[in-house]
Amino acid sequence: MRPKYFLAVALTVLVGGSMVMFAKPPAGGGSITGKVTYTGTPAKMKPIDMSKEPSCAKQHATPVMTQNVTTGPGNVLQWVVVYISAGDQGSTAPSQAVRYDQKGCEYLPHVLPMQVAQQLQIFNDDQTSHNIHPLAKVNPEWNKSQPAGSPPIDTKYDKAEFIPVKCNIHPWMHGYFVVLNTSHYAVTGEDGSFDLKGLPPGKYTVTAWQEQYGTQTQDVTIAGNESKSVNFVFKALPY
Amino acid sequence: MISSKFAATIALGSIALLTLCAGPLRAQSHVDTPDPSLGTPSVASEESHIGDLTGHAAAGKVLYRRYCIGCHGPAGDGEGMNAQWIDPKPRDFTQAIFKCRSTPTGTLPTDQDLYNAITRGFVTSNMPQWRPLTKQQRADLVAFVKTWSPRWSKEKSGEVLVIPAETPITTESILHGRELFQKLECWKCHGPAGHGDGPSAATLTDSKDNPIRPYNFSVGTRFKCGETNQDIYRIFMTGVDGTPMPSFHDVIQPNDAWDLVHFLRTLQLTLPTKEGDLWRNYVASHGKDLKPIGPDSAAGAQ
Repeated sequence: MRPKYFLAVALTVLVGGSMVMFAKPPAGGGSITGKVTYTGTPAKMKPIDMSKEPSCAKQHATPVMTQNVTTGPGNVLQWVVVYISAGDQGSTAPSQAVRYDQKGCEYLPHVLPMQVAQQLQIFNDDQTSHNIHPLAKVNPEWNKSQPAGSPPIDTKYDKAEFIPVKCNIHPWMHGYFVVLNTSHYAVTGEDGSFDLKGLPPGKYTVTAWQEQYGTQTQDVTIAGNESKSVNFVFKALPY
Repeated sequence: MISSKFAATIALGSIALLTLCAGPLRAQSHVDTPDPSLGTPSVASEESHIGDLTGHAAAGKVLYRRYCIGCHGPAGDGEGMNAQWIDPKPRDFTQAIFKCRSTPTGTLPTDQDLYNAITRGFVTSNMPQWRPLTKQQRADLVAFVKTWSPRWSKEKSGEVLVIPAETPITTESILHGRELFQKLECWKCHGPAGHGDGPSAATLTDSKDNPIRPYNFSVGTRFKCGETNQDIYRIFMTGVDGTPMPSFHDVIQPNDAWDLVHFLRTLQLTLPTKEGDLWRNYVASHGKDLKPIGPDSAAGAQ
């Protein structure tokens, strides 16, 4: 079941379609689905100049855009982490590692959610050196060089935290590790939607986190196998 | 009717009391009353151990107030009165992130590392050497600095890096070190000639978003974390935490690391070294065969 599920996620990532990542296979029970949108005028994302790193620049036919506020048609917001911050916390970290790639001088995925103590594998798929520098405050902050062709870095985080990740050599590279206590989480895809499955009946606080706009919470009560709809609206500021 | 003698006593007493209360005598307040000017350091390990020396935080606290508070601040967060005029900024002890460690990136340094930092000072910064303090005083300061972060009571220091015996200094070693300097892309920040002017240099910031410069090898004879070949080895292997300088421990083998050390020495133009002499002789006869270091070079592929 699990390999199959993982393959599905991998395929979804590859296809890059409307992408929703589940923390674990649906286990019945209730669910919370919804969409994350914005009002107002969000900052325009800018094209990234990779000319200082030709081996990366040539991998992109059109310039890569910054991703701090990634929007879609219908004012939707991508890369928002939606998770259960209070209520049933699901299961402890699965044995599968989450994967983070440095490819074409970009972080893939831009926002990587994981559970506390879950294995994290960091790959350098580029022909250039990267230094991977997660700017943790609650967890220890480390900074490692990963030249082209190096084996993956294996690590994990022991405390929940939103950790900005940067490469000092390529200052345009920005991403996030989102370390969560819960196994109920999702990241909004291109259509801004999320789906939290497998929730036992009970009271929940659902939190949505966007790297620039912070967090919002809503309380939801699930009875039986019901499916509740919760939408989040962030107020976008043009800077 | 109050006698004049009695009145004089009261007057004198009042003056004495006023002086005691108003004067800059906080430093002499009772040991058992908490000192508001020093915040509330989280109680952690109250001792440091450096060789045979045992440092005590209580003694270190007095020294800190005398010598360190101006820059590192009453809360140990690097926000002392002088901090706004200082660049690089004074260390924030509440984060327990330290540049000069013998331990892996992301781990706590050893007491000896902190002692060495206080003793050595930091070149190109406002942190002086503290050799005028006795060894015991420096050990006491280490113990006190460790009370600023709860990490010290929850975590152990990292495992100390083992530095194998240095390999012979040869032209071959330097040449291989040069290839590594190209391949590991040290030049992206430190520049092709080690002048600290690589293509990424201008964009660098430390973990508090303050601009920071890569080390310029050509002007100094000392590094922030020491001056021996062992020190250079340790610096790039463990990395300089809180700065853009990463750890190379997982990607360089010990012999290769010594080769890199030998090459880095040749970049220190103002320092007479065996490496420098060997290299200048080599460049005089073979300089034209050397491929330049930088984006267009294939030196790393040789």
